[in-house]
Amino acid sequence: MGKLTNEELLNKVNEKFHDKVTTIGEPFGLLTFETSKNEIIEVLAWFKDEPELQFIFLTDITAIHYPELEKPFGVIYHLHSLVHNVRVRIKVFLEAHDVHIPSATALWNGANWMERETYDFFGIIFDGHPDLRRILNVDDMEAFPMRKEHPLEDPNRVDKKDYFFGR
Amino acid sequence: MHNHPVFTDNDPQAELSTLNLGPTHPATHGVFQNVLQLDGERIVSGVSTIGYIHRAFEKIAEHRPFYQITPLTDRLNYCSSPINNMGWHMTVEKMLDIKTPKRVDYMRIILMELARIADHLICNSILGVDTGALTGFTYIIQSREDIYEIYEEICGTRLTTNVGRIGGFERNFNQIAFQKIRKFLKTYPLVLKEFESLFNRNRIFIDRTKDIGAVSAETALSYSWTGPILRAAGVDYDVRAMNPYSSYDDLEFEVPVGENGDVYSRFLVRNEEMWQSLRLIEQAMAKIEKEPADIFHADVPDFYLPPKEEVYNNMEALIYHFKIVMGEIPTPHTEVYHSVEGANGELGFYLVNDGGRSPYRLHFRRPSFINYQMYAPMSRGMLLSDAIINMSSLNVIAGELDA
Repeated sequence: MGKLTNEELLNKVNEKFHDKVTTIGEPFGLLTFETSKNEIIEVLAWFKDEPELQFIFLTDITAIHYPELEKPFGVIYHLHSLVHNVRVRIKVFLEAHDVHIPSATALWNGANWMERETYDFFGIIFDGHPDLRRILNVDDMEAFPMRKEHPLEDPNRVDKKDYFFGR
Repeated sequence: MHNHPVFTDNDPQAELSTLNLGPTHPATHGVFQNVLQLDGERIVSGVSTIGYIHRAFEKIAEHRPFYQITPLTDRLNYCSSPINNMGWHMTVEKMLDIKTPKRVDYMRIILMELARIADHLICNSILGVDTGALTGFTYIIQSREDIYEIYEEICGTRLTTNVGRIGGFERNFNQIAFQKIRKFLKTYPLVLKEFESLFNRNRIFIDRTKDIGAVSAETALSYSWTGPILRAAGVDYDVRAMNPYSSYDDLEFEVPVGENGDVYSRFLVRNEEMWQSLRLIEQAMAKIEKEPADIFHADVPDFYLPPKEEVYNNMEALIYHFKIVMGEIPTPHTEVYHSVEGANGELGFYLVNDGGRSPYRLHFRRPSFINYQMYAPMSRGMLLSDAIINMSSLNVIAGELDA
């Protein structure tokens, strides 16, 4: 089968979703889209099931925290079309007071632990997930440790402060 | 084979027992806990608990300059740490747009394939131990020692290698290293052949492993499996072949594929991959001869630490050393995903950079973590002793599972 170029893929996505899916960029040849949490399952399902695309492989789900943004939490999906050997990255940004997003476990079984890990570290709540518990951290932990408000070390510590270089 | 009902409601004697398999159990080879409900010896259900050796590498990585993240990657899959190290260097090189010389690429291939052999031989021989065949393990473990001695020659350490730097290697391979690699290429085929003749057509081994934990290609893909266990299920996805990195496309090798995804075909796929790795090392050794012998890193003074004696005697080297260590060199504001074929699957690095000295966010796509989540569901209905060898054949490494 002929290789699907990013340009063709971009056209198909624009044709199908118009302004529901926006293109963020193409860093290092990996086409990156942004969509909203209401559309995400529809978008993922389309990528997976569209016969001309077949992004059947869910490479990864993770999240990122930008505390200064209006929508500080990003959930990031990496999909891979094994037929065309094309990867794609899809991002959804969430507001701090509403960190709910539908779960992708209905599409891929493998999403289960990836979403649990994302919940564990960022506190993103995946609606419809069958078993959303902490996975690597202890169950009674209260914080979501990968959020940027949790420093790695005690911020009051002074013995490591480098006044000359300001860090 | 194991699909008959394990217990029925009207059976007065049906009482389940709970077994804590792990977190420290000699048969699990690592810190894995599974709480199993057993009906006699048959598993009715299981729950995996992981995270016992979680070390927050992703958080630590956000506070470390790029070159100091390499030792963290050592401790992911510590049976084949050079692959993790190289994967990380290549991720940073991709982000910084550094092109490595061909010789560096071949050196990396040699080291990565040695690591793959070391990893596979441990996995396969331990699988033998779990089925009761200790002999193969006692023979083949010497070859891992040979590989570790090559590591020692190249980087000075054995397990957590921390080998290579951004842009290449910290030092050239010395003559003893090349000699040892050549010797290994001569001796290992004989060892592997003997190992295969111990197992491949061994009736007892086949009875224990055939049709155990068989997984279809669809299920394996749905669980995002990668690596030998996916290929054993019949999907020919290998990152080295599909998205060649580090000049793998210059070399010839085959991607072995299994048929029914059971423990036995995983074993065969790993054995065949070791043969292919030997082939790759041989080709890389031949190619390396034609490259200038004194090149072992790219010319990137902004990111490659200068030799220490130059730092003390040469102003320019001192400046670069200072800038690298203090993180004074601007890096692009971008994000990059790079993956390598680790010994147990696609090891991915998702790096988001904000231009500073350390990543804004670094996520490891750890194949063990993703492969292991099917373990409890697939154990349902298995005999406990089969579940043990099934875990062994998944080659889940605790360090990579928990990051």
